[in-house]
Amino acid sequence: MSAEDALKSKFAGDGLAFSQFRDNHRIEVPAAKLFEILAFLKNEQHFDMLAEVTAVDYLEYEGAKDRFGVVYVIVSTKTAERLVIKTFVNDPEPLLPSVYSLWKSADWLEREVYDMFGIRFSGHPDLRRILTPDEFTAYPLRKDYPLKGRGERHNFPVLTRAES
Amino acid sequence: MPFEVSDLAELDAPDKEYLWTLNFGPQHPATHTTLRLVLTLDGETVVNAVPHIGYLHSGFEKLGEHLDFNQYVTIVDRMNYISPLHNEISWHHAVEKLLGIELTPRCKYLRTILAELMRIQDHLLNTGTCALDLGGFTAFLYFFQQRELIYDIVETASGQRFHTSYTRVGGVAFDVNNAWVDKVRSFVKGFAAVHAEVHRLLTRNRIFIERVKGIGYLSAEDCINMGVTGPLARASGVLRDLRKDEPYLAYPDLDFKVVAAKDGDCYARYLVRMQEMVESIKIIEQCIENIPEGPVNVDAGSKAVIPAKPSVYRSIEGLIQHFEVMMPNRGFPTPKEEIYAATESPNGELGYYIVSDGTPRAYRARTRPPSYVHFAVFPHIIKNHQLSDVVAVLGSLNIIAAELDR
Repeated sequence: MSAEDALKSKFAGDGLAFSQFRDNHRIEVPAAKLFEILAFLKNEQHFDMLAEVTAVDYLEYEGAKDRFGVVYVIVSTKTAERLVIKTFVNDPEPLLPSVYSLWKSADWLEREVYDMFGIRFSGHPDLRRILTPDEFTAYPLRKDYPLKGRGERHNFPVLTRAES
Repeated sequence: MPFEVSDLAELDAPDKEYLWTLNFGPQHPATHTTLRLVLTLDGETVVNAVPHIGYLHSGFEKLGEHLDFNQYVTIVDRMNYISPLHNEISWHHAVEKLLGIELTPRCKYLRTILAELMRIQDHLLNTGTCALDLGGFTAFLYFFQQRELIYDIVETASGQRFHTSYTRVGGVAFDVNNAWVDKVRSFVKGFAAVHAEVHRLLTRNRIFIERVKGIGYLSAEDCINMGVTGPLARASGVLRDLRKDEPYLAYPDLDFKVVAAKDGDCYARYLVRMQEMVESIKIIEQCIENIPEGPVNVDAGSKAVIPAKPSVYRSIEGLIQHFEVMMPNRGFPTPKEEIYAATESPNGELGYYIVSDGTPRAYRARTRPPSYVHFAVFPHIIKNHQLSDVVAVLGSLNIIAAELDR
């Protein structure tokens, strides 16, 4: 039985949406069931590698209902299958369970999503900014953040030789 | 375990006062690029390492949302600048998958040759500088001379030595000629001798082995759990290679082996990279003699493709299509879909997640950089090593900061 069939039978009433585009097998899952489904795919199926966690801000996307989509790409190193799991979160407090307890690769990948989109992951051991400085307040990959920034670069505090 | 906040409190305790902190980078010759580590040391033993990254963060992914599929190629080849053409091939692989474009056989072979040249280029630099950091200067110079030849080959094809911006949606910017084929042939011919020379210099060199053998061990389970791919994972015995697992370009037609080792230390990674170069040469040899004739770009019937120059100058259809592709306010319709596509880059799985909103610009152009995932492993494997091993492990992970920070 394929992993998708197993999910269909186990999470029958939970509103999972299955689709395929080119060779991507995609599953949209409700945020409340996300951790349970990923844990099932890892522990009872054979998806032992988390290749990618990323997010998309659908603020300006035509016909989108939710603000953020969070995408998990999981891989089976045994059968070379790939699944794209997607879930949606919304303002004002976008929050998802961290999958760090399942895959350690989620550590930095989730930190980057937090840094760039402001989506928090509960249960993450060290959810700090990673690419932008700690003092940074905005979430740069959100669609309401301008391409040129908001002047952070020009107002960056500079330490002179006399002060250091 | 990667760094955890609780570790810090423990290390700050009064009875741990003998520990000292060393700042490594962001400007240090052995980091090669701009990355910073804060090491906590007990004598010369590393107790804890905290990476601080982001010094080269330049918002590439944000730029990807404002440039069209052809323009963004100039940005992606600045990510892993050790093998720039592979980023381009990977990016357009994802774009073509999104648009549903099937490449011409000639283009598939051409891109395969270039991708393998880039793999060699990347491994040359990595094994060369890995030895350089440990004091072996000669191998580095031998290998850099070979890199120079690859630059020449790439320059002949694209007109640029480094940031080539060579691929286009549905093909490449210019077709190659026989002079280029001869250059590749002569490179392949001369490479084996240099490769053997470096084998003699390093592989049984006692000083080199003492510095890399048993250093930076990573088990196969950890590799899988931490998302490690590419030569690092194969050096730990994870038989995963996207060229075999999810074949793309001309790889299904070709005969090559997946190189792997069991030991999972820096020495195994060095050996895997050395042998992968031999396999890449085998692939190039098979391709270069069998490049199919015919057009290199997909037929102009597809609206996404830049038409050939003669058709632009001599026919109204070609001119219109050129205008439609080039002008920023025109463009062509794209499927309103999302796709994840990955290729086996020299460093590991290089993936792109593209969200399209129906315009020829990506709504979201996410890069899955292998360096980023690999550097997260560093604090885990450096624990209980000596300070001098930091450069050996860092060298064997092949962290490219421009790709790490994007």
